[in-house]
Amino acid sequence: MQDLLNLFIRSIFIDNMIFAFFLGMCSYLAVSKTVKTSMGLGIAVVFVMVITVPINYLLDNYVLKEGALTWISPGFASVDLSFLTFILFIAVVASIVQLLEMIVEKFAPALYNALGIFLPLIAVNCAILGASLFMQGKGFESVGETVVYALGSGIGWLLAIVGIAAIREKLRYSQVPAPLKGLGITFIITGLMGIAFMSFLGIKL
Amino acid sequence: MSAKNLKLIKNPLSKENPITVQVLGICSALAVTAQVKPALVMAISVIVVVALSNVIISLMRNTIPPRIRIIVQLLVVAMMVILVDQFLKAFVYDVSKQLSVFVGLIITNCIVMGRLEAFAMQNKPWESFLDGIGNGLGYGLILVIVAFFRELFGSGTLLGFQIIPESWYAANGGFYYNNGFFILPPMALIIVGVIIWIHRSRNKDLCEN
Repeated sequence: MQDLLNLFIRSIFIDNMIFAFFLGMCSYLAVSKTVKTSMGLGIAVVFVMVITVPINYLLDNYVLKEGALTWISPGFASVDLSFLTFILFIAVVASIVQLLEMIVEKFAPALYNALGIFLPLIAVNCAILGASLFMQGKGFESVGETVVYALGSGIGWLLAIVGIAAIREKLRYSQVPAPLKGLGITFIITGLMGIAFMSFLGIKL
Repeated sequence: MSAKNLKLIKNPLSKENPITVQVLGICSALAVTAQVKPALVMAISVIVVVALSNVIISLMRNTIPPRIRIIVQLLVVAMMVILVDQFLKAFVYDVSKQLSVFVGLIITNCIVMGRLEAFAMQNKPWESFLDGIGNGLGYGLILVIVAFFRELFGSGTLLGFQIIPESWYAANGGFYYNNGFFILPPMALIIVGVIIWIHRSRNKDLCEN
């Protein structure tokens, strides 16, 4: 139990998707103008991540890894399909996003209107594919761990985008030099937020 | 090469730079810029992937049903990235290890999808190829500039060669220390912010309101 909690805290604060790995920067920069929309996108990312990363975990362990196919027949022990990783992972992400879009549209029209344009965008959000690829290297032992990791990474991303959106809302009233307005200052503030997040490195887990 | 085609290559280097103006492909860019060598390899990989997938999508542009075009594009890009990844693993294994997941993340690099959507879906293969090369170069340019400053000030080396003289270092009785801050992730963001600042103050029409 404590291990799971550690993993959760670590994936939110220390291995934060944005401040430590710069993943999902494109939508982070494009959709962080107001807190409300960034919250919507953040929730959608958490949602998609919690579903796709465990699916990719199962796929990795039962199809892709060397010797993973032995559950079909012992003769497959030497088959290594790991070169197919990228194409299968991205296919899973894209199809889950498409599926989710249809389900949400049918059963929760209000949520669909709120997330509407962001859902399809998530298919190409590198944070999602990135979480799946990092998961591969971490060697988790159960699906539970993977779910916790995905949830933590998603919440970390949500925290970052809502934080920058709040700062940008305030920033509208400050006098930023014209060439630095918009994109430039957002980069520099993200850098400063990253420095603040680095203080979490001191936490012993 | 006609003037129009030359423009396809030249524009993305400055006026329509994918990173500082179009804001595409920042995701996997910054993490590989702590040293020049991985940044160069990454830049070349992206140029290859953008140019080739631009050509393939451009050849298929009239047969792809609009509703499923994103999935088709993703599959083409994923295929190109697998080729690049296997190539890197075979020939420059140490750099491939250093880049780790970021080669795979070229798939979701918005610059690739962005060019496919904005250019290759409407234009002929040769123009698309040039557009891919141009945008890949514009992306690589920023990557190498960032990596240059980070490696020079962070480690005192360039491409692994010592640039700051050994005798300057405090350990050898000198006055100089490497600025470890440049190696850390936040510095990459700040350097890009400063590059955007300089770029926009020289091209006033790019400023945002």
